[in-house]
Amino acid sequence: MAMMENELPVRNRAKSYEKESKLAFIIKDLNRNKFIYIMLLPVLAYYGIFHYGPMYGLQIAFKDFSPALGIWGSEWVGFQHFTEFFNGFYFWRLIKNTLLINIYELLFAFPAAIVLALLLNEIRSNMFKRVVQTISYLPHFISIVVVVGMMVDFLARDGLINQLLVMFGFESIAFLRQPEWFRFLFISSGIWQGIGWGSIIYLAAMATIDPTLYEAAKMDGAGRWKQTLHITLPGIMPTIVILLIMNMGSMLSVGSEKVLLMYNASTYSTADVISTYVYRKGILEASYSYTAAVGLFNSVISFILIVSANSISKRVSENKLW
Amino acid sequence: MRISTSERVFGGFNALLMVILCFITMYPFLYVLFASLSDPASVAKHRGLLLIPLGFTLDAYKAVLDNPMISTGYRNTIFYVVAGTALNLFMTALGAYALSRRNVYFKDFFMFAIVFTMVFHGGLIPTYLVVGNLGLLNTPWALIVPGAISTFNLIIMRTAFQQVPISLEESARMDGANDFTILFRVIIPLSMPVIAVMILWYTVGHWNSYFSALIYLRDRELYPLQLILREILVNNNTDSMMTGASTLDKMDVGETIKYATIIVSTLPILVLYPFLQKYFVKGVMIGAIKE
Repeated sequence: MAMMENELPVRNRAKSYEKESKLAFIIKDLNRNKFIYIMLLPVLAYYGIFHYGPMYGLQIAFKDFSPALGIWGSEWVGFQHFTEFFNGFYFWRLIKNTLLINIYELLFAFPAAIVLALLLNEIRSNMFKRVVQTISYLPHFISIVVVVGMMVDFLARDGLINQLLVMFGFESIAFLRQPEWFRFLFISSGIWQGIGWGSIIYLAAMATIDPTLYEAAKMDGAGRWKQTLHITLPGIMPTIVILLIMNMGSMLSVGSEKVLLMYNASTYSTADVISTYVYRKGILEASYSYTAAVGLFNSVISFILIVSANSISKRVSENKLW
Repeated sequence: MRISTSERVFGGFNALLMVILCFITMYPFLYVLFASLSDPASVAKHRGLLLIPLGFTLDAYKAVLDNPMISTGYRNTIFYVVAGTALNLFMTALGAYALSRRNVYFKDFFMFAIVFTMVFHGGLIPTYLVVGNLGLLNTPWALIVPGAISTFNLIIMRTAFQQVPISLEESARMDGANDFTILFRVIIPLSMPVIAVMILWYTVGHWNSYFSALIYLRDRELYPLQLILREILVNNNTDSMMTGASTLDKMDVGETIKYATIIVSTLPILVLYPFLQKYFVKGVMIGAIKE
């Protein structure tokens, strides 16, 4: 069998390369690893077209995009769409709604999964623990359409929740038509759907904590509460921080998919967020340039948030996403 | 080990809390199930929690299964799930393999460019325009191609591929295998647990997704199940389901039809869930220890 180039001993190979020009070196490498590059091609094409393509297309935020002229042919208008958005009637409402939903999520939904993980960790019976886990993960796999569909049904004027309220002597409430209920319903249904699933990653982190730490703490007379406070929590802190950073990044892109299903004209005042506004204005009303500007604003802020959360965390705790 | 009173109280309280949690999680599904099997008129009259079906009839299911929109939706969704997941897996595996090899030119740059898309993206409108320019609007491909790779899954798969011992790859190469053979005959068979997890995640993702269909599809014939569900459950439009029933009946029947629709559309996941759960969990674990 003929000795092929790529089967030369490593040392010889390195030596022979030194003599070659860089270009020849690259060509040789391309040839030797050609199948890898062939594999890479569709992948890079995918990212180029569907991820970097839209980034290129973002320039329409600074143009007056008309589909007939195309992205390149449309005229530049500078920051006109941005000023229009910033000075527009909806700007503060959208910012406020988007931020409030996120802040509530951070305050209630984010810790909820941690608390559940801590409580599950305290259950001694493995059997019981497994049953609770299995049940609590389930809603994660139900589509958001079905979840909102069930909410619409249960929260309707004559739905289950109102039937119960009336049975206990309360007034019935048109939950989904009243703006003041929107955030509560959005966050609490989110907790219902995500708490179990969210707890898995913390439980995984807890499983890696060195058991001798607990032994030592017990020797020192620490009860379960102290053990949780001084061993378990610090043990899962890196995980908490990483997930927190990731949450920061998605702050402004809050689940338009769910809001879109849950809201209606009567709850816009608290429910309309940046991404749903982009959907209505952009897709339904086809004002592409304006909503591309709104979307760009959104992406840039998210980017800044995630980068700063990462660097702050890197400085204070050495936990980082990258 | 002695257990103090306060710990016992906490334990009891904790267990109670967990039971309540399980009840709150499960009950909505049970209510839907019971109501879907009940006699429509009795459900309409009933107030409060349902603990068993009231009467028993499968009429609602018959109406759901007879509905042409549901069956087209089902068929479309199955196509999107199968074709979509196949493309997902193929593309993710290619990327994961190529980027897990040590000596690939510009690998770090490619990796950076890919991970960068997780923190910055062009947003809805430019993406929509790209899909439009490619002529994918209102075609089934719009639901499959733009999401061909999930970057998060790519990273997980790459990590798994890196862990396959290099010696296996080298011996295959000795035997004359090229990279495609190595990927499909050596690496993937050795990474089955991760592949299984990826299949599950992508499948459930396609099954449950409605947003891209909402944006990209106009033609009702192409609608996936979730968009049909949106009409029936969220927009409260069950008219298409009932031909022939009188108006009064319609209101009652409409309710039970909604419940039956929920069950029918979620059944595959509900049935498979207990068997698949551990793989899903494994996926999260793998994701947690990436890097």
